Amino acid sequence: MKARVHVTLKNGVLDPQGKAIGHSLNRLGFPEVGDVRQGKFIELELAETDKGRAKERLDEMCRKLLANTVIENYSIELVG
Amino acid sequence: MKAAVLVFPGSNREGDVAQAIELVTGRRPQMVWHGDGDFEKTDLIVVPGGFSYGDYLRCGAMAAQSPVMAEVKRRAQQGVPVLAICNGFQIATEAGLLPGVLMRNAQLKFVCHDVHLKVETSQSLFTNRYQTGQVIRVPVAHAEGNYFADADTLKRLEDRGQVAFRYCAPDGTVDGSGNPNGSIDNIAGIFNEAKTVMGLMPHPENAVEPMFGGCDGRALFEGLVDALT
Repeated sequence: MKARVHVTLKNGVLDPQGKAIGHSLNRLGFPEVGDVRQGKFIELELAETDKGRAKERLDEMCRKLLANTVIENYSIELVG
Repeated sequence: MKAAVLVFPGSNREGDVAQAIELVTGRRPQMVWHGDGDFEKTDLIVVPGGFSYGDYLRCGAMAAQSPVMAEVKRRAQQGVPVLAICNGFQIATEAGLLPGVLMRNAQLKFVCHDVHLKVETSQSLFTNRYQTGQVIRVPVAHAEGNYFADADTLKRLEDRGQVAFRYCAPDGTVDGSGNPNGSIDNIAGIFNEAKTVMGLMPHPENAVEPMFGGCDGRALFEGLVDALT
């Protein structure tokens, strides 16, 4: 099964990259763009058929490596 | 003083720090490859600067999970002193040896120049050759040195005197003018609670000989020799 993990900065953590992206979009003629937050998208192929077990393992992966929970949140999505 | 310097794929200041240590001890430190889960007992472990594992995922995230770091964590728990510089500081926070995190510099630029640091305390293995409040000049070279920790962690750091160095102006004023990366409260370096682990973004190992524009970093290594020999 395939899993998708999104890692984003927690609210309140300054995101200078997001800000720079927002400014660039404004300059490019998209004045409607306000606050921008950027993050990471990680797609994983798992040798696992049990969804509950997969979620549990992914949660551990996120806490151990994929996200730094001091500043980042993560969300897990299972596909297929 | 016997020292070990860790080497990861992508480390690039391991030679500089090895040379600084040799300068004050007369003895070449042991270089330890990241895959080595065990190495000779030493009085000091140094996690050097560079771009371990190409800074993939997050700076220091991969290196923090390497076999050598598992052993460093074990030894740090037993009280073996660890000096973590630049990428080493990032690795130490990712490994849980030090609290907080080093984020992308606030202005999104790689900074590479001399900075002034205020020594926050002389009461440690690492800073005993400095005076509390002394201003020193050493270089920085990083893109992710923007120290951040939540309010509770910061309060604990301050209450327990765990801030080692703060970025400051040449006259010692701690304000935005001397802060190269947006670090919260101008924090440039911190200790763990026992003050046996120190992490800092600046490079004291690159300020040990007059030929390189300054010697202010040398006292850090001399202080370690005093404390650990």
